[in-house]
Amino acid sequence: MGTGTGIGRVRGLGSARHGAHHWLAQRYTAVGNLLLVLWLLFSLIALPGLDYESVVGWISHPLVAVPLMLMVVSIFMHLRLGMQVMLEDYVHDKGLAFFSMLVLNFYAFGGAAAGVFAIAKIAFTGIVK
Amino acid sequence: MARSTSRPLSPHLTIWKWGPAMAVSIMHRVTGNGLATAGALGLVWWLMAAASGPEAYATFVTCATSPIGYLVMAGLSWFFFQHLFSGLRHFVLDMGAGYELKNNKIWSLLTFVLSTLATLAFWAAICTGKF
Repeated sequence: MGTGTGIGRVRGLGSARHGAHHWLAQRYTAVGNLLLVLWLLFSLIALPGLDYESVVGWISHPLVAVPLMLMVVSIFMHLRLGMQVMLEDYVHDKGLAFFSMLVLNFYAFGGAAAGVFAIAKIAFTGIVK
Repeated sequence: MARSTSRPLSPHLTIWKWGPAMAVSIMHRVTGNGLATAGALGLVWWLMAAASGPEAYATFVTCATSPIGYLVMAGLSWFFFQHLFSGLRHFVLDMGAGYELKNNKIWSLLTFVLSTLATLAFWAAICTGKF
């Protein structure tokens, strides 16, 4: 217990114990992706067609819209964590590393928002004639 | 990265003989980043097109069912299954199992076999009954 703040040493906790958070979140979202993307692929196979009416009719069902939204969120969280590790490994310039994290976060949050919004619009408005 | 040239560099990619474990490891990163960019953008495009109406969806279908579209979708589906099986391998390794040289080699090779079979099965299932 040579490092950390005085109160931390007294409590005997060492670090904040958040060191494994990134690693764990990568695994949680991996399980989410495993279940939800496989569900999407099996659903695509089971659909009578992949035309506009079939797809929109399918997505507008609540029991489809909700897991599909969760899938989009899980995917973008997972790719944010994964691409972060890749960029940390390969982008060595400090300024460029900061910029790449900025772009990655914009991409991850923007992509998730776009996907969730699209599903919500389909679920609430149904087929556009 | 600044490093002292007077100190030796640890043996790296250039000196090791390639093995299945190295291939599956780098392919996990390649497939992951492929899916994270082309895959995720394709997914959002599909959802946005469906949300925008019949014309936007028709444009998406035209692009997706072009020769390049099929090539991208086929590639992404293999990327997905490879990342999936490689990811399952990671879960096993996370538990501290599967590090014996022989087992590690077998399971590394199996991820490629299983991902290829799953991709073929997926496209066979999609193509029967849809066209």
